[in-house]
Amino acid sequence: MSELVETRHGVRAWLLASSPRSALQARCQRFYISWLAFFANPVAMLGLVIVAGLVVVALLAPWIASSNGVDPDLDARLQPFSSEHWFGTDQLGRDIFDRIVWGSRITLYIVGLVAVIVVPVGLLIGTVAGFVGGMVDNVLMRITDIFLAFPRLILALAFVAALGPGLENAVLAIALTTWSPYARIARAEALTIRNSEFIMAARVQGAGTVGILYRHVMPLCLSSVIVRLTLDMAGIILTAAGLGFLGLGAQPPTPEWGAMISNGRQFLLDQWWVPTVPGIAIFVVSLGFNLLGDGLRDVLDPKSER
Amino acid sequence: MCSIRKASAETGSVSAPLLEVEDLHVEYPTPRGVVHAVRGASLTLGREKLGIVGESGSGKSQTGRAILRLTGKHARVRARRLVFRGIDLLTADEATLRSIRGDRISMVLQDPKYSLNPVMTVGRQIEEAFRVHRKSSRREARRRALAMLESVRIRDPERVARSYPHEVSGGMGQRVMIAMMMIPEPDIIIADEPTSALDVTVQLQVLSILDDMVSERGMGLIFISHDLGLVASFCDRVVVMYAGRVVETRDARDLSNAEHPYTRGLLNCLPSVDAHRGELPTLERDPAWARDADSPV
Amino acid sequence: MIDVAHLDVVFGRGAAGFHAVKDVTFTVPRGLSFGLVGESGSGKTTVLRALAGLLGHIAQVTGRLEVDGEVLGRGRSRRFRRRVQMVFQDPYGSLHPRHTVDQIVSEPARIHRLDRIKERVAQVLEEVGLDTSFRFRYAHQLSGGQRQRVSVARSLIIEPTVVLLDEPTSALDVSVQAEVLNLLGRLRRERQLTYVLVSHDLAVVSHMCERLAVMQHGTVVEYLDVEQLRRSTATHRYTQQLLVASRGYDRQAIERFEEFSP
Repeated sequence: MSELVETRHGVRAWLLASSPRSALQARCQRFYISWLAFFANPVAMLGLVIVAGLVVVALLAPWIASSNGVDPDLDARLQPFSSEHWFGTDQLGRDIFDRIVWGSRITLYIVGLVAVIVVPVGLLIGTVAGFVGGMVDNVLMRITDIFLAFPRLILALAFVAALGPGLENAVLAIALTTWSPYARIARAEALTIRNSEFIMAARVQGAGTVGILYRHVMPLCLSSVIVRLTLDMAGIILTAAGLGFLGLGAQPPTPEWGAMISNGRQFLLDQWWVPTVPGIAIFVVSLGFNLLGDGLRDVLDPKSER
Repeated sequence: MCSIRKASAETGSVSAPLLEVEDLHVEYPTPRGVVHAVRGASLTLGREKLGIVGESGSGKSQTGRAILRLTGKHARVRARRLVFRGIDLLTADEATLRSIRGDRISMVLQDPKYSLNPVMTVGRQIEEAFRVHRKSSRREARRRALAMLESVRIRDPERVARSYPHEVSGGMGQRVMIAMMMIPEPDIIIADEPTSALDVTVQLQVLSILDDMVSERGMGLIFISHDLGLVASFCDRVVVMYAGRVVETRDARDLSNAEHPYTRGLLNCLPSVDAHRGELPTLERDPAWARDADSPV
Repeated sequence: MIDVAHLDVVFGRGAAGFHAVKDVTFTVPRGLSFGLVGESGSGKTTVLRALAGLLGHIAQVTGRLEVDGEVLGRGRSRRFRRRVQMVFQDPYGSLHPRHTVDQIVSEPARIHRLDRIKERVAQVLEEVGLDTSFRFRYAHQLSGGQRQRVSVARSLIIEPTVVLLDEPTSALDVSVQAEVLNLLGRLRRERQLTYVLVSHDLAVVSHMCERLAVMQHGTVVEYLDVEQLRRSTATHRYTQQLLVASRGYDRQAIERFEEFSP
């Protein structure tokens, strides 16, 4: 028992040492201190738990779900909550709990894919526009404005009409209409940063614009973008759900939560659990991302940085 | 245990001091523990210019704020004595403190940008400063405001009164601050680095205004600064602070005979135009200074 | 080493243009420490930034600038960047908030593709008086004096011959200023550097420099050797006024202060 305490002291001491002895240690320390600040906020922790829960469920889906959630079992149609079917069954007899579990993978996929597209694109366009300024700024911002003006659902419809319905096309449509605000945020940060003395110092050292953008400007813009992303997650999930609801996103029998609501809505009055449970799942995950985003903003906000 | 009063006799101040501070402590709770910004500072102020000198972290600004009880919600201020003209500032209620602040003890801060309301004209703010403490008509307040701007040697008071703070340059902004702080005719002015952001010639001109006003009106001035040379030449007496404690109190004329090694160190490490020195002597900080008992005045 | 002839810097265009520097000429021979003294708005920092090539897109810079035989155009060559470095005024703003000391100091070495970067970093940090415990700290964990030392280390790692110093100690406490000034003096002697030091503080300039130019409203009012300054044989009234002001508060002297219009 005393050995365990010592180890904990060892790691903790390493994380709190006043003079880090390597770049890795320095970075871990910074992360740890931010983590402590985050940990002190119970609401943010709740958000983190929910999001972490989503990830865990998605990863462990094959072990958590008892069936594949896709095969119909017409003998067990529209069953209420029971010990065998925790969330009941839907109109094709599929276990709703299992479908929710498998659907978490899809939710995570949507969220991850959008993030992976939107963050780099927004960051790149925004920092270049803000830092370089002039004509480049003008052109990039007008492009941003054009994309900002697209209504999401109309674009999704257009994509579907052109490319056929499917989850990837829906995600693409969402990503294309979501990146603009991130570019604006990154641009605003880059505008403030570009007159800083450390940027001047980098120029004096001979750093080129690309090097300065990558090493000096983008790291500082990243936090605002990430905070905005987590706060946007809820909207992205809901939009994907909406597209699924309209039949534009995931196609049956894929257990996407929005599609589950859509396909189950005729049962709302008598077998309410069929559309409601996926609705609750969407609500909980969106809430989790919102709380996480709020907590991250409190921790990463440069104004509160020492 | 009687305090030594010979210093005050030499500066020619009136017998009863305007302000007495004895064993002042200011503490702040921070996530890393309690910060002891001021640890047992003592000073008295008569009708004179008293300088409080220290480097960053010495507690000089906190001392100034503590006198006006402006240290913020979370700070804990305690002292054996904190008396202004017979009024005990420690036990005074908020209403009494409010009537004293700005009216009888005023504060001039470093950057007028932070102390002036950006959306109100300068003249209006000076008038408000007057009317908050005295019942008077707008016309009377306006007349006094213009008179005040003239006395801080602003050449075109009408035009300046109509300007907004951002339209007014650094030196003039500070004169406006002084006018605003002087208009209720306080007994004491606490000036916290009032000229540090200004050019050196402008700095001295602004100080000469303060100097004249203080002597004409028989006021007391507490001048807080990091610039020992300036304080030594401008003030009558100097209080040197280090790590929250007062390490030395001396007449300004007598500063070259300073006894405390910190004061001597500070004086020595200043570069000067006249002396040609290879290396500047640097200050060897003795941890004992932070532990020494402060010297009462 | 440094040759500035008829330097003019204008910010903005046409009627709204601001003529920050007007027809400034001076020479700095190799190994000299040259001071630019003036109050705010005198243009001294602008001259330094024009030399460093930091004004390219912001202002119109005309005149002839030559450093170490290289005539300077709009941009700055790699060779220039290797030979001329700069230390900035604000210790809090001139270091990247998210970079460790190690990253900050090794960056110029990386840009100029030097070898044995790790050793160079350790060596230069030791030279400026920072021991290894500082190497992986972040800027916000250092004091003002320590940050300026990092700034100096960063400028020296690539072994320049000229260092431009923009009010390097103005933001520091007096005791820390003495340490940093001593450090700068020692480094100059050891590495035989040429300094151009900008400051509003006449005492600092006369301590650090051998020759100086007094600037006001964008022009050079007077050129002096430090000895001339000390003997108060400065001819221009403005220089005399600055000298008197540097000595502290003197009520009678202040009465005699003049306004010098541009």
